[in-house]
Amino acid sequence: MSMIFGVPVAVLSGQLLIGVINGAFYALLSLGLAVIFGLLKIINFAHGAMYMLGAMVTVIMFDALGVNYWVALFLAPVLVGVFGMLIEYFLLRRITGQDHIYSLLLTFGAALMIQGILTNIYGVSGLRYSIPDLFKGGVNLGFMFLPYYRAWVILVALIVCFGTWFMIEKTKLGAYLRAGTEDAQLMQGFGINVPLLISLTYGFGVMLAAFAGVLAAPIYSVTPVMGSHILIVVFAVVVIGGMGSIGGAIITGVLMGVIEGLTKTFYPPASSAVIFLVMVVVLMFRPAGLFGKEA
Amino acid sequence: MNETVKQTDIQKAILEQQQSEHRKKMILNGVLLVLLLVAPLVMYPVFLMKILCFALFAVAFNLLLGYTGLLSFGHAAFLATGGYTTGYLLSNVPGLSTELGILAGTLMATVLGFGFALLSIRRQGIYFAMVTLALAQLVFFFFVQSSFTGGEDGMQGIPRGELFGLIDLNDNLNLYYFILVVFLACYLLVQRTVGSPFGQVLNAIKQNEPRAISLGYNVNRYKILAFVISAALAGLAGSMKSVVFQLASLNDAHWHTSGEVILMTLVGGAGTLLGPVVGATFVVNVEYQLAQGPLRDWVDPILGGIFVLTVIAFRSGIVGEIQKFMRKNLS
Repeated sequence: MSMIFGVPVAVLSGQLLIGVINGAFYALLSLGLAVIFGLLKIINFAHGAMYMLGAMVTVIMFDALGVNYWVALFLAPVLVGVFGMLIEYFLLRRITGQDHIYSLLLTFGAALMIQGILTNIYGVSGLRYSIPDLFKGGVNLGFMFLPYYRAWVILVALIVCFGTWFMIEKTKLGAYLRAGTEDAQLMQGFGINVPLLISLTYGFGVMLAAFAGVLAAPIYSVTPVMGSHILIVVFAVVVIGGMGSIGGAIITGVLMGVIEGLTKTFYPPASSAVIFLVMVVVLMFRPAGLFGKEA
Repeated sequence: MNETVKQTDIQKAILEQQQSEHRKKMILNGVLLVLLLVAPLVMYPVFLMKILCFALFAVAFNLLLGYTGLLSFGHAAFLATGGYTTGYLLSNVPGLSTELGILAGTLMATVLGFGFALLSIRRQGIYFAMVTLALAQLVFFFFVQSSFTGGEDGMQGIPRGELFGLIDLNDNLNLYYFILVVFLACYLLVQRTVGSPFGQVLNAIKQNEPRAISLGYNVNRYKILAFVISAALAGLAGSMKSVVFQLASLNDAHWHTSGEVILMTLVGGAGTLLGPVVGATFVVNVEYQLAQGPLRDWVDPILGGIFVLTVIAFRSGIVGEIQKFMRKNLS
């Protein structure tokens, strides 16, 4: 068997694949965070909880109503998105104009509540959800085995990431969004409903998290605490990429997944810490992050 | 002539008012002190010591959030570093007297705090919070991987030892009064710091950093010093906590602990001296009472709810709101 740096190619490529998959999730999640932060200046500490809700809703809808994966892929993000908009409307809106720190604290409290309530109902042992029939099995690429579902996750995550970037940076709606957050009063004067726009933006960012949750349901263990750890990693990804930089969040997300995978191959003990290490190094040389502008 | 007489009268009146306010404060402090002294005779000392440790933790944190305007989301790292260092030394160095172990833990947290400060101080607001959070996470994973921490089980059976090699700290009352003295000393230290010219500069940074810079202050140096003091006191709290419970665990290093200390400070009142103490007492009590009752599994959601309520409805916290109320009704 061929080796690279003393590691079999199959092992290395397997870890790389896992890295890219994780990276796809990091990208989707940090993209949502970057959208919410970049446009609304809200640090969404509830993002992990929303990701978890997406996965939980998918499993619960399947168990209770037999809703299949494809329907859940659309329905769960919409439901969670609406839930997010309710949080925005009833809670976050009350602290607009206050220091940004309060948005962080508010969403942190909300996340504690959501996670705690679901833990009481469903426990932490993990719910089961099977891979949709269409994606059972995989293909042998010669040097490694690629399960279809994982290929699908990578593909769809990239499409959604690119679509979001395109919508915000290149379309008229995106221009409204960016303008509305820059000068709300002026946009109101132009007859644009800025509060609605803000609700929708928050809802959209949350939808991205829930969408990642649905994608994760068949391959990760679905528990009420699944969002708690990944949230902190994703925050690090956003800091590395440069907060508020949408393209930066996507690229850094994938990159960090790969780096994590490589570390797992060559020096496993450091694999969970490596992203934070990268963050420290990046901050020493580029305090605004890789793709961020100096504030 | 008349004018000057009037002025001295006014000055006298102001002085008298200040004196009476000062007297009221002294009486309040005296009552609190007496309460703290007799408390272990009526309540379980270990529970009181837990409150004191968390109160010190929150006081340390408040020096940053309340008086410098910096939200650190990584203070769990200092609590845990203090706890683990002290625990390790007391367990492995025979004959080491307890205060030296605690001092070493504090020192370790101080050094770590300096490192954190150097890396994070250039960022402001939420960026600062994120960076401290990620750094603390790095520390957390270090503790997870290291064998000396005992992993998920934590470091157990830390000996309490003897103070100055003389006073047996296995006696809960002895330990309580020792911790009370340390706590009061730290509280006074923070009080002095906040009132000093140094504290005034910190306040200026909190109010308007660009202006403080334009006045010629090297704000980064002030912020680093404030951060290091805060980290040292947080480490001290962790060191004492590990002696009290004879346990140092990964829980202390988890980012939820960093969130908890924010909650304590905010609920009690950030930017007030007594606020974090009140907040820590409140939160520790709520956790304890809930854990006893039928709502045992609902601690997290209820704390989360308190968090949300505090941020939305009373951002000044318990002490802050009382001060506002007094000011409105007494003037």
